[in-house]
Amino acid sequence: MVELNKENFDAEVLQADGLVFVDFWSPKCEPCMALLPEVEAFAEKNEGKAKFCKLDTAGNKRLAIAQKVMGIPTFVFYKDGEKIEVFDKEAINEGGIAAVEAKLNELA
Amino acid sequence: MSEVYDILVVGGGPGGLAAGIYGSRARLKTSIVEKGRPGGQAASTMEMENYPGTFRESTGPGIMKNFTEHAEHFGTEIFKGTVSDVDFTGPIKKVTTKDGETYEAKSVILSPGAEPRSLNIKGEGKLRGKGVSYCATCDADFFEDLDVIVIGNGDAAIEEAMYLTRFAESVTVIVIHDEGTLDCNKASSEKAFKNAKLKWIWNSTLEEIVGDELVEKVVLKNIKTGELTEMETNGVFFFVGTVPKTDFLKGKIELNEQGYIITNDLMETNVPGVYGVGDARVKYLRQVVTAAADGAIAAVAAEKYLDEMESFRENVLDKKEPVLLAFWAPQVEACFDVLANLEKKVEEKGGKLSLAKLDTYRNKKTSGSYNVTKVPTVILFKDGEPVDRLEGAEAITPDAVEAMVKKVL
Repeated sequence: MVELNKENFDAEVLQADGLVFVDFWSPKCEPCMALLPEVEAFAEKNEGKAKFCKLDTAGNKRLAIAQKVMGIPTFVFYKDGEKIEVFDKEAINEGGIAAVEAKLNELA
Repeated sequence: MSEVYDILVVGGGPGGLAAGIYGSRARLKTSIVEKGRPGGQAASTMEMENYPGTFRESTGPGIMKNFTEHAEHFGTEIFKGTVSDVDFTGPIKKVTTKDGETYEAKSVILSPGAEPRSLNIKGEGKLRGKGVSYCATCDADFFEDLDVIVIGNGDAAIEEAMYLTRFAESVTVIVIHDEGTLDCNKASSEKAFKNAKLKWIWNSTLEEIVGDELVEKVVLKNIKTGELTEMETNGVFFFVGTVPKTDFLKGKIELNEQGYIITNDLMETNVPGVYGVGDARVKYLRQVVTAAADGAIAAVAAEKYLDEMESFRENVLDKKEPVLLAFWAPQVEACFDVLANLEKKVEEKGGKLSLAKLDTYRNKKTSGSYNVTKVPTVILFKDGEPVDRLEGAEAITPDAVEAMVKKVL
């Protein structure tokens, strides 16, 4: 997965063509850490369908807030730089990674 | 998969992990199915000063890591999976995860835990993850130099509010009670009232959360005057209690109206061999220390249950010859004569008949499942099935026993 930060966010996400998946997480967030192995497996399995990225919000707070993310874990799909789908913590808990995968297949 | 566990624990919070430790140390094949990382809600509670023996620089995640290592050290296996269905109808219980994995066990300890309650206030759902939060450790970073409010005034609310003051510019606690009254413990409230970054709004509830893409303001209601006031804020943290995560247990075991698991002092549910522990159980105090205690009790109760089942199968159900099963109790004197007579009878038959004795006080479950109401009672088993019975000391005469066993010999 591509590690995002202030320097590369614009190029990797906002100016990128096609589908981009971003996992907003932080090492302090237990639920995020619990999810991380699953998210990584999901990214590996679906390689090619989208660009898979993660953003550690701990050092990139302003960047996350600019993306209207103020709670984690949050997954966001971007298409051609536009935010098109958001999974907040509740949505992730409800459907699990399976629901995120279904959405990916629908968007890809 | 073909493996049958002695104890299968559903949920790896403090209750489940303690059950794992006690189960594994009893040398029972014990495993835990956990949806994420072990530790439960305690793993996302930074401030934890009340778990005995750990007050120095202890944190929820730290203590829970120790619990996990402790369980694994003694041989508890931890699997990842979200349990979505259970089948407790047979002697071998089945637990199935969302991914379709099925685990089998002779006993099950349910430790599903609870999750933060949402109040379904206007704007709450829409602004979740956009300033509305239920987890301070997850989201506190975002609110550095910003203003937040906290809804609730129990232990969790006040402890998390204090944690938030390390990040936020101001933390305002909205309290439904009169000035100075908090539901949390006294140690926390004393500390909180001394914290200059904490502000208080009394006699008030949250009416609405307003914001377009992020939280901008809230509407508060004074419950004494009915007056509505607006207040600008960047974040709203809810700590208004929890709800048990027991949806998958509906119709499988007895739950109360709020969905909490009903158990007795031994953590037994209404299904033999199935136990309930931790925050999802009907109980007085939901803390790490009481969850751990529940887990220890359930594991020991499960161990006794497994012993009882094992010896019953060996001595009664699997016997080739017919078996006289005597239900007795040491405090009922009439039992001694009856047992002596039965022993004599079995000796007479020279191996064609055997005797098993069951102390009804120590084996309540088996007694219950054969509807034994009188002590002594003797039930005749053939090929694992009860075929006849005599109830009460007067009825169990040598002649009556002879007549009964004649039918099967």
